[in-house]
Formats: sequence, structure tokens, C-alpha cells
Amino acid sequence: MKTIKEIQEEIVDEFEMFDDWMQRYEHMIELGKSLPLIEEKYKTDDNLIKGCQSKVWVHAELEDDRLVFTSDSDAIITKGIIAILVRAFSNQPPKAIIEADTTFIDEIGLKEHLSPTRANGLVSMIKQLKMYAVAYQTQLN
Amino acid sequence: MKVATEKAHFNVETIRKDFPILSRKVNGYPLVYFDNAATSQTPQQVIDTIVDYYSRYNANIHRGVHTLSQEATDAYEEARIKIQKHFNAEKSHEIIFTSGTTHAINLVASGFASLLKKGDEIIVSALEHHSNIVPWQMLCEKTGAQLKVIPMGEEGALKMDEFEALLSERTKLVFVNHVSNALGTVNPVKEIIKKAHEVGAAVLLDGAQAAPHIKADVQELDVDFYVVSAHKMCGPTGVGVLYGKEEWLNKLPPYQGGGEMIATVTFEKTTYADLPHKFEAGTPNICGGIAFGAALDYMNNIGFDTIAAYEQELLEYATEKLREIEGLKIYGTSGEKTAVISFNIGDIHPYDIGTIIDKLGIAVRTGHHCAQPVMDFYGIPGTVRASFAFYNTKEEIDVFVKAVERAKNMLS
Repeated sequence: MKTIKEIQEEIVDEFEMFDDWMQRYEHMIELGKSLPLIEEKYKTDDNLIKGCQSKVWVHAELEDDRLVFTSDSDAIITKGIIAILVRAFSNQPPKAIIEADTTFIDEIGLKEHLSPTRANGLVSMIKQLKMYAVAYQTQLN
Repeated sequence: MKVATEKAHFNVETIRKDFPILSRKVNGYPLVYFDNAATSQTPQQVIDTIVDYYSRYNANIHRGVHTLSQEATDAYEEARIKIQKHFNAEKSHEIIFTSGTTHAINLVASGFASLLKKGDEIIVSALEHHSNIVPWQMLCEKTGAQLKVIPMGEEGALKMDEFEALLSERTKLVFVNHVSNALGTVNPVKEIIKKAHEVGAAVLLDGAQAAPHIKADVQELDVDFYVVSAHKMCGPTGVGVLYGKEEWLNKLPPYQGGGEMIATVTFEKTTYADLPHKFEAGTPNICGGIAFGAALDYMNNIGFDTIAAYEQELLEYATEKLREIEGLKIYGTSGEKTAVISFNIGDIHPYDIGTIIDKLGIAVRTGHHCAQPVMDFYGIPGTVRASFAFYNTKEEIDVFVKAVERAKNMLS
């Protein structure tokens, strides 16, 4: 099983193959298509991430002490962003998710999305994933 | 109110030179600024006024005995008179400086709290900006008055027959935007005012979206309150105006306590200052008020008829070009509208389009435009809104349309 850091490096390597923003965005949109989708019944207001102009739902479940995320968004770019995060963080022990560094976002050329005032809510997404991890970590203790 | 149709006789390239921001690049591309309905850009003449104020005569106004204070007071009061003349108010003290439209609306709503009782009714339109809904909801909660809504039709126009059915002697206030911010629809305000007055109700028009395009004559409209923001009319942010008929402003109690708004103060009783100072507590945005005056000078120098005619040309051109994009739907298609196009393409999220075209240097607004009820009406999460100003060009529209097509290809 790969660690979060290893997956992040893999994602950074993938994005390095592209020279311009257009291709990077296209790749991100492509990644959005492989996002493990949240079940319809979990698309509730409680699972909606606040602070995004588009809708993003995230659901988390423990499987063998590892946290598995499923998600969806009504906007394609947002779906790509959450797909990158889910790929990096899903199927990992909650503790590793809590401790994970997120600077890889910077390295894949999405730095502008990291601003907390940006309407896409990338910061809120990261916070939400980590919150789930904190909640489940407490359960495991 | 006049939307001229004559062909504009002005040189847009000369005008663009007045706006330093228009020559900057965004993400490596020349900026195409189509978010004018949110904030317009500032010409050098207004920037110079701001610099001049802080460089030469920055001081607190009114009551100062020194020269700088007198100069600042004169310039501020001169701006008030410019604004009075622009909107053709009868008296200069009917012009109250505020921090913007939202502040002005809250000032009126707060004043009406003491005039309303249970059973009274307030009418707002379905086209309103949130800032034009929330203060009235709060007012209704406080007073027991009821909020009624004028519904809109598919084209984005208000249903006037239903408005008339809502009017009764219980109606105390009618609040409508002169032009809708989400769709650009020009509302039939003259008729609304006339009908409201027939039942004795006061009318407040939100002129924020109208004022950059249409020169409103408050006496001709016979409107009771009219509010605008400077930052949509080439002025700075943080300043706006409430126009109120003198008799109404006298009826409303002061909004905030503080300096400027008092005549005499003892611990037993304070008497309030006369208009307009009664509503201008504390040190105002002096420089902003003066710069607003300069912005009006700038726009009047070009002429509102010329501006409206040129913007209509841009609107028609852009509408035609956008319609060529397959699957693109324009919201707000009523006959009379300002230079605003709200649209979606298929089921592509407006946020996605906005993000991609931003990468190409184009600024538009995406989302619900603070008008969620309008979006709910159409059953959409939001729209992409391109709003044009007189310094925009057809070449920019071409760049924009190409960018939208590119985004569409990437996203579908």
C-alpha cells in the first residue's frame, strides 16, 4: 500500500509532463472522471462542503482501520480538484491523513487555488477531509 | 430614464486610454474586463482626484476653522451638489452620503421600523439582490409587517398585473431594483411608482445597476427614495448615496448616533442636526464622496445617451455572437435591458467556464449574483454573467466568445 507522500509524488510527476495550464486543467478534468463517486443517499446538506461556489459532497467510511472517501461535485473542475485530494488521502489510516502535508498542490501548478479566499474552496475541502480523519481517529482510540 | 438608440459618436480607443487598468495583462493575456456590473473601472481623472485630495487638502470636514478643513468641506459639499444635479433632486440636502447601496437600503429599512405596525405590508420584487430582501425580512420580523413578492415571468420581467393585485391600503413600502443585477432587466419603474402612490405607499428604487447606464431623474420619476453606489459608476468603493424626498427624510428617525448628526447634546436630551447631517453620523468617506463627484463629471462629459447607445451596440453584438454557440442559453430576454448577459451552456457549471476564461485573461462573474430567488426560478445553480461598460470593445467580445467556445470544448 502506497503512503500519502508516495501518491502525492506520483501525482506531481504526472502533472510535470504538461507544459501549460491548459493541459494541466485537461488532466485534472480527466482525473475527475475516475473519482470514486459518493452514493446518492449521502448527497445531503450535511455532507456538503461550505465555501465552494459549486457543490461538493464528501462521505467517509472506515474500512479495516483505513478511511475511504467518496465524493462528487456539480462542477467539472471542482470534481477534478477533489479527485486529486481523494486519490491522495483515501484508503489511508486517519492518523496519516491528519498529519499529511498538502504542499503538493503547489507543485502541480494549482497554487492559485490554495488561496483561502478563492471561491472554489480547495482549502475547505482539505479541511473537511482532515476533519473526517480527526473524527474517525477519535473513534479508533 | 432614456435608453438612446442613436449611434454613438465617440472614440472608444481614446476613452480606454483614461483607464490605466485596461492595459494590464492577466495570466499573460490582455485583460478583458466584463465584470462591470459588480465594479466598474476607474478613469485617471478620478484617480487624480483621489491623489489630489490626499496630497493637498486631506482634513476632517465641517466645523473646522482651518483652511484645509474648509477646502475639504467645500469639495465634499460641491460633490453633493453635483450628485443632486445629476439625479435632478430638488434640494441638495435630499442627498445623503452612505457607504454604498446596501448601507442606504438599511438606513431606510431601519427608519421604517418606527413607522410600521402589525398588518402593514411591504412589497419587493422576485428580481431582487439579497441586500434588497434581507433588510425587509428583518424589518418584518421586528414590526410584524408582511413581505409580499412580485413574481417574474420566464423572460425575466415582472408580472405587473400580479403587482397590482398585491397593492392595497396595507401596502406601506414598495422596493424594486430599477435594473436587475442578475439579468439586466429594466423594470417599469414609472408605472410601479404611480400605482404604489395610488394606495399611499412609498417607493424605494435600487438604482445600483441602473445608474451606470441610465440617468435617472428622481423628480420626473416621483420616486421617494433612490439609492446608488459610486463603485459601479467609475467611482471608488465604499461610497454611495441615498436620495430621499425631504418629507420622507424628515419622517425617518436617525440611523446611527455619533458626531456630525447632532445639534446639541446634553445627558438629558440630544437634538438632531438638520438634513442631510442627521443621517451622516461620524467622519464620512470624504475623499470617496469627492471622487464620486469627479466620476459623475467624467461620465457626464461623455454623456449618458452616448454611453447607453454604445453599450446597447455592444449588447446586441455580444448577444448575436454568443447565440452562435450551440447549447448556450441566455437568461433575461425581456425587451428592455442594460448591457448584461447572463448565460449557461448546456449543463456545464458556470464556475467551470469562469475559471477557464479567467486563465485567458477574461473577468466575468459566475454564481448566483446574490439573487438566489432568480436562480431558483430558473432551476439553475447560477449563471455566467458578462456585463459591459462604455470602455469595452467589440474586439474584446470576439476574444471573449472565442474563450467561451474553448472552455466549452474543454468542459464537454
